[in-house]
This record gives sequence, structure tokens and C-alpha cells, in this order.
Amino acid sequence: MTGSSAGMSDSPAPAPTRTDLFLTYGKIGLIGFGGINAWARRVLVEEKRWLTEQEYAETLGLGQVLPGPNALNAAIMVGDRFHGAVGSLLASCSMFGGPLIILMGLAVLYDSYGEVPLVKAVLAGVAAAAAGMVLGTATKMAQKLKPTLALLAVGLCALVAAGFFRVPLPMVVLGLAPFGILASWHGGRGK
Amino acid sequence: MTATIFWQLLLGFGAISLVSVGGGIAVLPEMHRLVVDVHGWMSDADFARRFALAQAAPGPNILVVGLFGWHVGGILGMLTASAAMTVPTSLMAFGFSRLRARLLGQPWLRIVERGLVPIAVGLIASSGLLLAQGSAESWITVTLTICSAFFVWRTDFSPLWVLGAGAIIGALAL
Repeated sequence: MTGSSAGMSDSPAPAPTRTDLFLTYGKIGLIGFGGINAWARRVLVEEKRWLTEQEYAETLGLGQVLPGPNALNAAIMVGDRFHGAVGSLLASCSMFGGPLIILMGLAVLYDSYGEVPLVKAVLAGVAAAAAGMVLGTATKMAQKLKPTLALLAVGLCALVAAGFFRVPLPMVVLGLAPFGILASWHGGRGK
Repeated sequence: MTATIFWQLLLGFGAISLVSVGGGIAVLPEMHRLVVDVHGWMSDADFARRFALAQAAPGPNILVVGLFGWHVGGILGMLTASAAMTVPTSLMAFGFSRLRARLLGQPWLRIVERGLVPIAVGLIASSGLLLAQGSAESWITVTLTICSAFFVWRTDFSPLWVLGAGAIIGALAL
């Protein structure tokens, strides 16, 4: 296993073809248990290396400030970056298409099988593992991004506000954005 | 699906999507208001169960909107609600992406983008925390969550391994 190979802008991203983009986002959608973002990072940064850790985090950050599902906003920006409007369309449609079909099936089956003990037990096990996967991803990102102390503090504020105090997300994002930008400006002055 | 419900889905979810800064789940309370309180399309428990189902399935969490649409209007309702929730903001995101490409290299844009990174990472962590609270049924699930977090943090193996392990442990032990 290649340890810290997905680091900062050292590996030039081999540009994906349209088919790559379509298949990769289709895969991200289908394996995206616990939400898309952790998986998109895993596939785009670690497996495909189309984006660096920093680039992915920045794209997702913009996706969160814009209204709309942030994973979708990020997919549109990634698609546009490599293949313009066609890329955006391919990435977003393939990310949604597979899961939408699965969900249609589940919607039909759930009322008959949702209460079967074995199904519930398997779903509970997967949910617990997916929760850990999301937490592990956040930790890994924080470690690899090597934030300044001020940026780290902003990130922890976001975690505590949204995770512990359940502050509505628009307030978290818009309230902390000025502090994040200030911290980024302050940290960048020395360089 | 009647024309009335079509317009209610389209306008209701369309309006909600425009304020969903921070992601689709940010506006869950507003969706609850629309679906349960305003239109009475489903009960509180139905709402919670559909949300849990969408969380358990792979894919973007926002797909729960499709389930709400399905409930009141079948497949057409699912597509209407999903499109209302995603198309307008997607066009905005695309427009922004184009603007960003033109501004690329501007120092202030770099500063803004870097400043948003900790919020993105912090919110991933908080969503993991909320998922962990929701799935913490016993010491087994809590242990599973902790082990899974360490595995994903410390190794570069695919997280699919921990999901598979979660499914097996769930089937055997829960």
C-alpha cells in the first residue's frame, strides 16, 4: 500500500476520459454508503489521483457554500474541470442514476422486508461501519491537509457546532466562512 | 399523480433547494414541514423511516427527496421531487464553476477556497458523528464504528472491507 502518496500537488493528475468520468462517478454513487463525500474523496484522491487532497477539499468546501446537495455541486465542478458541460452532466447523472434505481427497488421491498430481523441486523452493522468510515476519512483528511492552528480551530468549531450542538448547517457554513477565510489569509501572509 | 401534487412537489422542493446551503440534509427540518405539517402527505414516523432507508442505501443522502415524491406520486413523483431539488442548484453550481475557471489564479480566490476547507472537513466529521449516534445501538455497533474509523484512518485499504465486515458482524451478532 502506498502510504502518503495522495499528498499535496506532487502527482500531476492524468486527465480522465469522458467514459472514465462516467464510470467512476457511477461507482462512487453505488458504493456511497454513509453519504457520497467520503467515498468521492477515497476514489478521486486515493484511487484515481485526479485531484489532490487539497483540491478535493477546496471543491467540496465550495460545494457546501453553494446551495444544493454538496456532493452534487462538487461532482458538477469536477466534471466541468475535466470535460466542461458534458463532464458535469456525465458525473452528476451517473452519480445519481445507480442509487436512484436501487432506491426504487428498496422503496418497493422495504414495506415487506424492512422489519425482517436479519435485514435490520445487516443494515445496522453496515450503518455502524459506514459511520466509522466517515469519521476515519475526516481524520485522514485533517492529517494530510496539515492545517495551520487557526484553520484547525475553524474546522473543530464546525465539527462541534454541527455534530454536538446541532446548529443548522446554513448557519454553520455562513457563520464560520468569514473566520475560515480570515485564518487562511493570515496563514498565507508569511508565504 | 394529480397536477396539483406535481406543482406542489416542484415548487415546494424547488424553493427548499435554493436555501440548502451546507447540503441537502441541512434542510431536513424544512422538508419535514413541507411533507408532514403543510401537506400531511405522511406521518412523523413515516418521514423518519424513509429518511433512515435513504441513509442505509448507498448514494447521495438527498435521494430521500425521491422517496417522499414516490410516496405521494409514484415514479413520476419521485422524478419530479428529485429534479426540483437538484436541477436549479446544479445550474447555479455549473455557472459558478465557469466563473471560477475565469477567476483562477486570483490570490483572493485562493484565500477564500483555502478558508472553506476546514468547514468542509469539519462537516464531514460532524456527519460521521451524527451517523455514529444514530447507529449506536449496543457496545457491538459502537466497537464496530471505532474499529472502522481506525481502519480507514490508518490504512489505505478500500473501506468496502469494513462495510462487508459490518454486514457480517451485523448478521451474526445483532
